[in-house]
Formats: sequence, structure tokens, C-alpha cells
Amino acid sequence: MHFHHPTTLADATQAVAEGATPLAGGTDLMVEVNFRHRRPEHVVGLRKVEELGAWEGNRIGAGVTWRRLEHGGPQALAEAARTVGSPQIRNAGTIGGNVVTASPAGDGLPFLVAVDAKVEVMSAEGGRLVPWDVFFVGVKKTTLAADELVTAIHLPESLPERQAFGKVGVRSAMVIATVGCVVTRTDDGKTTVGLGSVGPTPLRASRAEEMISSVTRPTESDLAEFQKMVSDEARPITDHRSTEEYRRHAVGVLARRLLERCLR
Amino acid sequence: MEVSMTVNGRAVSADVEPRTLLVHFLRENLRLTGTHVGCETGYCGACTVHVDGKAVKSCTMLAVQAEGADVKTIESLASNGNLHPVQEGFWERHGLQCGFCTPGMIMASVALLDENNNPSEDEIRHGIEGNLCRCTGYHNIVRAVEYAGAKMRGEEPPPPDWEGGE
Repeated sequence: MHFHHPTTLADATQAVAEGATPLAGGTDLMVEVNFRHRRPEHVVGLRKVEELGAWEGNRIGAGVTWRRLEHGGPQALAEAARTVGSPQIRNAGTIGGNVVTASPAGDGLPFLVAVDAKVEVMSAEGGRLVPWDVFFVGVKKTTLAADELVTAIHLPESLPERQAFGKVGVRSAMVIATVGCVVTRTDDGKTTVGLGSVGPTPLRASRAEEMISSVTRPTESDLAEFQKMVSDEARPITDHRSTEEYRRHAVGVLARRLLERCLR
Repeated sequence: MEVSMTVNGRAVSADVEPRTLLVHFLRENLRLTGTHVGCETGYCGACTVHVDGKAVKSCTMLAVQAEGADVKTIESLASNGNLHPVQEGFWERHGLQCGFCTPGMIMASVALLDENNNPSEDEIRHGIEGNLCRCTGYHNIVRAVEYAGAKMRGEEPPPPDWEGGE
């Protein structure tokens, strides 16, 4: 294994262009390496690239750790950060890593899709901003080119006033989500719903959003309808962590509870 | 590949294979075997050390990533034969049985108390959530951390459960 330890973004993108695998917190990649599922020949460590840790306003550097997001992030992202792994994992793991790994269960992803975040990527040639629904294309699959590095996440200028994150798992710590969800709602009722672990990529429950956004004061039957629509829009599978049926049920219940939290 | 860092206050450098995990570097190159290797997936927390003042799992970090860093292991805690308050708490409140998780559990607890020396029981449990113990059921570990917190605040620790505590 060759290991590069650049301190500048230019050197980091150059290493990636030469085929190096980026390594940030290591909470995903190193597990795969330890299990010999991956054997990267050429690795570029990003810990010393200070530009990646920059966080200004709505631009969150890819190297910003969960620990920092837990204490200073927008409400639902901070709530999600608090559920990532454990303190040690939150000290190491980064939001950029979550996005690049692109696990359907990535804890930060329901928030990013609920607020229509964009992914900033850079190569030696230059940068581009990729909308989340163009970036994520499948289970651990993205449209990131081989010579590109994720450098930041761009959130919209203004975020919804009300936001809530929730996650279902077998433990409250060190757990990969069985179902994850973020619901946001603006003061004028516009609602978004980001779902995790219930499809190959993070999803939006667009029909449920549209229905509930048009209701100023949702009644019990509106909430029940919302729950059902979210369940219907999920695309879960059965795997070693849960069943399709359970996930479909749980995601509706969770989304409804989060909406109720936003309505309080 | 040459790597240099400070470990427990001592400058060390060595020529390592880049794939060497930090925990293996500590144990095998430096012979600091207090840090344990449990799961190698970041799950169990036995390998917890502090890197630049933050608790991390040294089994999912390469030694070369710690280039220039300040690393602290369990061996750094006691000085001149005096236990660190957290070590003393684990001793006084029976916070261990087999001891395998203990170094990681103590390093996680020290990181928690460094930030907040008066944590609630919930905060203690949240603070050590990344460390698995298969012996104690965590109860005495939580008491040990409460003991240490009291000591660090200069207060009398609460009495042990077996002397009429809750």
C-alpha cells in the first residue's frame, strides 16, 4: 500500500487523479480493509487537508466530523449526528464519508435529501455541484467520477423552520439504521420527507409531501393518510437487518411522529 | 514508511508498513499492550485511545494517519503509582470483571469527564455507548465513572451500592 498525506486540496485531488482511494475518518473504509473486502493499493489520507474541514454558513466541508455537526449543525442534522456510532466514531467519521459511502442507511442522508442539498466535488480539472438525486444512484453507488473527490456539502440558503430526525434500530448506539427519516416543515406548511434504509438510495416521499403541504392544520385523518402514503412510497427490501414489511410499516409510523413533532 | 508522533508524552518514530493499524503500532512497535484489539470493525471500543485529545478507535485508523499527532493510551493515566481517578473508580466500584474492555472503557470515560466532569447517568451511558462490556452489565461501570467525576470535582464520591446506595 502506498500512502499519501497531503496538506492541500490540490495535492489531494492530484493523488485521487492518480488512482488513490481517499481515506477520511476510516469508519467505513478501514472496516472493509480489516475484513479484506478491499485492498486499496494507493491511499490518500485526508486528515491533514485543512480546507476539507472548513465549514462556513451553508457550505459544510466534507471533512467536518459528526462530532462538530452534533454541536453546531442544523437541528435535524445535529440530531442525526448524535445517533452516528459512538463518541469515538463521531470524532472520526465525516459527512463527506457518509455521502461517498452512499449506504442507503447513511444517517446524514435523510436530512440532505429533505433539504435538497448539493454535493460539491472536485477533480484536478475543476469542480462541480451535484444535486443529491443525481449523485446517489444505487446501493453504495454514486456518479462521482474516479478522479473526483467530494469536497463539501451545500445546504440551501434558508432551511425550514421545523425539522426532526428519527431512526429505528436494534440499539440506540452503534447501530445501522433499520429505518431513518427526516421531516421538515416551513411556517407556511411546505413539508419535505427524506427517507433512509428503505430503498437503494435515500428517497423523498413526494406524494406524501404534496398532500400534507396543502393542509394547514392536519387532522387525525390527514396524519393517518400521510403515514400510509409514506409507507407506500418507500421501496424497502428484506435483508439481514429487517424485513420489507417491517420497514414499510416503521417508516410510515416514524414519518408521522416526526411530522407531529414539527407541528407542535 | 516513516511515521513520527507523540505517544504518552514521548516522541516516537518508526518505519512501518503503511497498512499498519495504529493499535498494532502501539502494541507491537511500542509494546504498549494496554490497548486491546477486539473486533477490528470499530464496534467494541476495546482499542479506544486519544488522538489530539479526542477518543477514537485505533483499529480503524492507520498508524501513518497519526503522523504528527499527540496520542494517549491507558498507560499514560497513572503517574508515580497513583491511579487516575477513573482507574481508581473502576477499582473502587468493581467496574470490571475480565478486564478486556477496561482500557477502552476507561479511555472513553476519561474523554467524557474531560469535557463534562459532572455527567448525569444518561450522559455517562451515552458517553460509553461505543464500548462493549460482556461481564458487568455496565451498572458498576456507570458507578465507577460517577465516582471518578466526584473525585475530579474534589467531592466525596457517593457510597457504593453495597453500602446502602441505591
